[in-house]
Amino acid sequence: MADRTAKIVIIGGGPAGLSAASSAVKEGVDPSDVLILERDHVLGGILNQCIHNGFGLHTFHEELTGPEYAERFEKIVKEERIPCLLDTIVVNIEIEKGAEAAASPDGTGIDACKAGSGNDGAALSAACGRKLVSAMNKTDGYFTIEAETVILAMGCRERPRGALNIPGYRPAGIYTAGTAQRFVNIEGRMPGHRVVILGSGDIGLIMARRMTLEGAKVEVVAELMPYSGGLKRNIVQCLDDFGIPLKLSHTVVDIRGKERVEAVTIAQVGPDRKPVPGTEETYECDTLLLSCGLIPENELSGQLGVKLSGVTSGPVVNESLETSVPGVFACGNVLHVHDLVDYVSEEAAQAGKCAAKLVLGKCPAPDAPERVIPVLAKDGVRYTVPAEIRLNHMDELQTIRFRVGGVYKGASVVIDFDDQIFRSQKKKILAPGEMEQVILKKSDLEHAADLKAVTIRVAQAE
Amino acid sequence: MVDVLIIGAGVTGSAIARELARTERSVLVLERELDVCEGTSKANSGIVHAGHDAKPGSMKARMNVMGSRMMPALSRELDFPFENNTSLVIGMSAEDRETLEELLEQGRKNGVADLSIISGQEARRLEPNLSENVTCALRCGTGGIVDPFLLNIALAENANVNGVRFEFGRAVTDIKRERGGFVVKCADGSLYEAKFVVNAAGVYADKFHNMVSAHKLHITPRRGEYLLMDRKTQGFVRATIFQCPTKMGKGVLVTPTCHGNLLIGPTAEDIDDKEATATTAKGLAEVLAKAGLSAEHIPARQVITSFCGLRAHEDGGDFILGECADCPGFFDAAGIESPGLTSAPAIGVYMAELIQEKDRRPEKKNFTAKRKGIPCMATASPEERRRLVAENPLYANVVCRCELVTEGEILDAIHRPLGAKTLDGIKRRVRAGMGRCQAGFCTPKQMDILARELGTDIGAIVKSGPEARILEGYTKEDDPVGEIAFGMKNRTDTEAQ
Repeated sequence: MADRTAKIVIIGGGPAGLSAASSAVKEGVDPSDVLILERDHVLGGILNQCIHNGFGLHTFHEELTGPEYAERFEKIVKEERIPCLLDTIVVNIEIEKGAEAAASPDGTGIDACKAGSGNDGAALSAACGRKLVSAMNKTDGYFTIEAETVILAMGCRERPRGALNIPGYRPAGIYTAGTAQRFVNIEGRMPGHRVVILGSGDIGLIMARRMTLEGAKVEVVAELMPYSGGLKRNIVQCLDDFGIPLKLSHTVVDIRGKERVEAVTIAQVGPDRKPVPGTEETYECDTLLLSCGLIPENELSGQLGVKLSGVTSGPVVNESLETSVPGVFACGNVLHVHDLVDYVSEEAAQAGKCAAKLVLGKCPAPDAPERVIPVLAKDGVRYTVPAEIRLNHMDELQTIRFRVGGVYKGASVVIDFDDQIFRSQKKKILAPGEMEQVILKKSDLEHAADLKAVTIRVAQAE
Repeated sequence: MVDVLIIGAGVTGSAIARELARTERSVLVLERELDVCEGTSKANSGIVHAGHDAKPGSMKARMNVMGSRMMPALSRELDFPFENNTSLVIGMSAEDRETLEELLEQGRKNGVADLSIISGQEARRLEPNLSENVTCALRCGTGGIVDPFLLNIALAENANVNGVRFEFGRAVTDIKRERGGFVVKCADGSLYEAKFVVNAAGVYADKFHNMVSAHKLHITPRRGEYLLMDRKTQGFVRATIFQCPTKMGKGVLVTPTCHGNLLIGPTAEDIDDKEATATTAKGLAEVLAKAGLSAEHIPARQVITSFCGLRAHEDGGDFILGECADCPGFFDAAGIESPGLTSAPAIGVYMAELIQEKDRRPEKKNFTAKRKGIPCMATASPEERRRLVAENPLYANVVCRCELVTEGEILDAIHRPLGAKTLDGIKRRVRAGMGRCQAGFCTPKQMDILARELGTDIGAIVKSGPEARILEGYTKEDDPVGEIAFGMKNRTDTEAQ
């Protein structure tokens, strides 16, 4: 049935996929048992077009550009001779027929694999149902790979104009910031010379600076929300330093120009985020760039029956970053959108390690008693990754990542063990643009014998 | 001098061209845009109407019913997507019920088969997402959906293969009767002589008619705005859901498309500007609100794009099909609003017959009625995929990931008769860029392919019209001399000199 097999198939050769692959090999998986499938003609994903610096401060303690950062991981993959198929698109993933019953998508984690016996990796992952990954490329044609585990690392896409319901004409000259970034940084072409940017996501901010450096005039950055969705450092370095105005609580209400953008009208929005009549300002321009949010690309995950979070649009995962489909892991921006690539690498390394443990039979015996502790988000915390912790699978330290839903000054991040405050940490500022994290100790959870749930919340300053 | 000159390569003009191609005569189609299907034909509901809406005896009724009957066989002959998904006109009151009865009666008079009135419960059994307020519905078994782009493209391609010449970028500015024929002048200065002229100019049909006739037509562009949703919404409704026409208007429809998207709209707003295809905040809000009356929980978060079309509403309210009374040899196909898409194949036959009556010509012996469409990897089975890829490896090189469109399909779109020359042209032929990321990822890749195949630079690639350039010059580093920076000078121009 399958044209080839692999123990770990990684979908996506961007920062997440590369880190997951190197981590799996470090954990002891034979490199030849791993396979990276990448849709572009090179590894590195979107980092290749991120030629600005600021990458790697946490991971390598130095400032790298996107391509340099990617190169560090590509080097490991090349040195370890981890197989990669480039220009390859995954068309479908399914659980091998007959195994669906064992792999119920309702049960999170490998607890649904208890049909497997003993502590043998192959038996364990086989009990999870082998995954059939169908893909195609110019060289190998259409083919199917039988995999024991799959790591989803497909990244995310930008929200397009159409999804924002911006009225007006539909001319050329309207691009997502990432598309414009590719034109400028990869093709060496300018998408336009007078620019209005909607949305203050990081790519939008970076592109405001980039376009300015290339001689374009960035008229304004309009942001629907009363706060920016980007990193503070980007607002300072990309807008403030260049005198580009950021208009919060503003949105685009009209686009003029039948063939090419001729003008863009923005207006202030009220607390209901609806434009306030009479506040319209029209900017003559030839380009509108959009940086209005990133959406994890989970179409394949959806086909596979992976349970997705309504908040992140990414899979719901446990401490091993394993999705509701046993043996399928997720990491990077396909799981939840990150602010820094360093965290993507760190998270993906965890996914790679956990997938490796599963295929190497290093996981606890599936019939061993286990405690599952849900991790809940409350009061300003929008979600947590992971959403639950199985104690016997937990490492000594477990990072819980999350984002907040508003700007909080002087508030605290509180960890509750059931209804008791376990720990509280004061934060100068919490903002939706920055990912937050707390770290839990396994021993702390073990000591709390009757613990039903861990809750992460924001406690506002008095 | 050509025998017949058709103004407009929309679905009507293309259908007429294809029917005329069955007989021995020279036919020329002039289109102001760079591609077929650039006006009303590209921005409509994509519905094959059953035929109960039009007044019995009207041209609309006649063409609609005939077109609806022709569509299934035509879709096989010309290989474009058509689905007989049935339709429901829903009612929510006793008054609506009466209207539905009238529509049923009208439909029967028009010759529409398979019509029945069903209960609200039955309607919800068929369509579980229908509103609880639906008390009755007119079910039309012959209702269908069609890919409006590919219907138009298939008709035009097939006309072209059978000898019809198409010229693009020819905006007609003047028509004069001379020496028993017509002289047609275009904005670019080109001149054409024709024995007969067919006016299939959509919202501009009144302008051309009025150039040659004292009996003036008046076409009002009636704006219709739509929202299109992600294919993830597939199955939200299976049939096309129409609202009961009331004094307050026709309501909006909720329908699947042939490709599994969900489409809601249109609004109906009479405007003056024949170019005003901009959507409005008010219109889009109205579409959502009204669609919500038909079906609960319209997945508004799944919207991937919105668009706007202009219906060509003539004051008389009916299609105007035939030879102009005071200008022999000038044929109108004017006022083609809904159900114009459904009617197009019938209008083609009807108009070709009128011309044949006027100037009888023998049938073309080598007329090829069949057209084979471009293979579609997205919908192909694994076996078909393997076969196609074995035939051409480029069918495995995916360019548009959202709609799974490959380089092979894009090359087909470019190199077919009347092939794509623009990004929109590719999109309408093979759906590249039509998915959830709305061409964010594949635009640069498509531009590379298009530039390579057309032998030009990516800087010359346009979205649709000649001014719809995607790029405006070079970055500083790629322009070391400095003279072509800031769009002041284009590198291709420099190199060409």
